Amino acid sequence: MSGPDLALNNPGQAGDTRERDLISRVQAGQHELFYELVRPYERRIYAAALAILRNEPDAEDAAQEAMLKAFKNIGQFRAEARFSTWLIQITVNESLMRRRRERTVAMEPIDNRRDGAGPGEESDYAPRDFADWREIPSETLERKEVRQRLAEALSTLDRKYREVFVMRDMEHLNIQETAEALGISVASVKTRLLRARLMLRDLLAAGWKQGWFSRVPFEKGTKPW
Amino acid sequence: MVNHDLLNCQEVWREISNYVDGDVDASLRTRMDEHFHACAHCASVLAGVKNVVQLYGDERMLEVPAGFGERLEKRLGQKLEHTLDERRVWNAAPMPSRWSSWSAWLMPVAAVALFVGALALVDTLTFHNPAKSVMAERGHNIPPDMLVVVSDGSKVFHVAGCPFIHDKATERTITARQAMRDGYVPCSRCMRKYLTASLTGQPPIDSANSDSDEDQEEVVSAAGH
Repeated sequence: MSGPDLALNNPGQAGDTRERDLISRVQAGQHELFYELVRPYERRIYAAALAILRNEPDAEDAAQEAMLKAFKNIGQFRAEARFSTWLIQITVNESLMRRRRERTVAMEPIDNRRDGAGPGEESDYAPRDFADWREIPSETLERKEVRQRLAEALSTLDRKYREVFVMRDMEHLNIQETAEALGISVASVKTRLLRARLMLRDLLAAGWKQGWFSRVPFEKGTKPW
Repeated sequence: MVNHDLLNCQEVWREISNYVDGDVDASLRTRMDEHFHACAHCASVLAGVKNVVQLYGDERMLEVPAGFGERLEKRLGQKLEHTLDERRVWNAAPMPSRWSSWSAWLMPVAAVALFVGALALVDTLTFHNPAKSVMAERGHNIPPDMLVVVSDGSKVFHVAGCPFIHDKATERTITARQAMRDGYVPCSRCMRKYLTASLTGQPPIDSANSDSDEDQEEVVSAAGH
């Protein structure tokens, strides 16, 4: 699919205007521009699917299928909504539907299936590590092993915490949007988000001690926690 | 940990996620700020949570498999081609092989014919086979002017003296024509010779009572009550 160079990499009002213009043109029938419209959100779409399905091939297929559905239903998109949120919502729906269909829910621990705030969720989470922290420079993310370690830490969270964390802190949905996307209450989003952040903080603290964020390459085979 | 009069550490941890999101009121924010200044442990927790939010919120954490964009574009392109093909078919000029003028008429006509045929079949199978026995249904050889006996509580008509008349106290005599017009059906026992003759063309068999006869009386009697 080729089209004019309409990549929406420029954030802010100019980007929003270009996006609205592009949406109107696709809705008017210039379907070949659709990929240009979704291209800036590829990574967010894939991450949303991966957070739910936890399997790269499945996540890619679900993300593609979700974009086909978005393409089919682009006429229903209304300007009041954020286009990125609309795409992520479709992706989350597609991913949740696949997970239900494949019955993976039944194979997960019972605690994972609880949608409301369960006893473990309601109880306070006490941080384990009180080492003196300093800000970790974002430049460390240039290193692939750092990104991998962070992704591994995220993958150790229970599903309900991981999904909320990804939607809120990685997809940058607001609390209400996260609740709507996942079909849970605002209170549950807040509770799970707090717990996810505190658990990841403890995992990162362990990684800090193991030298994840230092310039010294991480030793293969050792466990950071 | 400090002995803070207003907020203890647990209370701070409970709100720390909302604090990072700017989702606490001014009063609570001030009290938490005071606590962070005085409590190194909670300041450590805050720094860690901020690190988590900052690192995971970075675009570089959203990685996609190599070639993801190309595969998505290709799949969208295939979908677009498919859509365009469909549109070409429907919008094309008259095509003898598909939608020539006669076939455009033939299809709806065939659909209507099929629908009417299906209705007729349903009508045959259902409405001409009410819940009563085959024997009772085919009493066409009964002389119309023959006097028969009917009674309350049953929709079966009998010859006078039949032992299966339901409620002898209410019996009355009418013609068979009138009985059938009023919805009565012939008794399969005392009217057997008319019924079997009409069914098989054979002479009536003076056989013993069968279970199906009993069933018929029960069904019709029940319907009459």
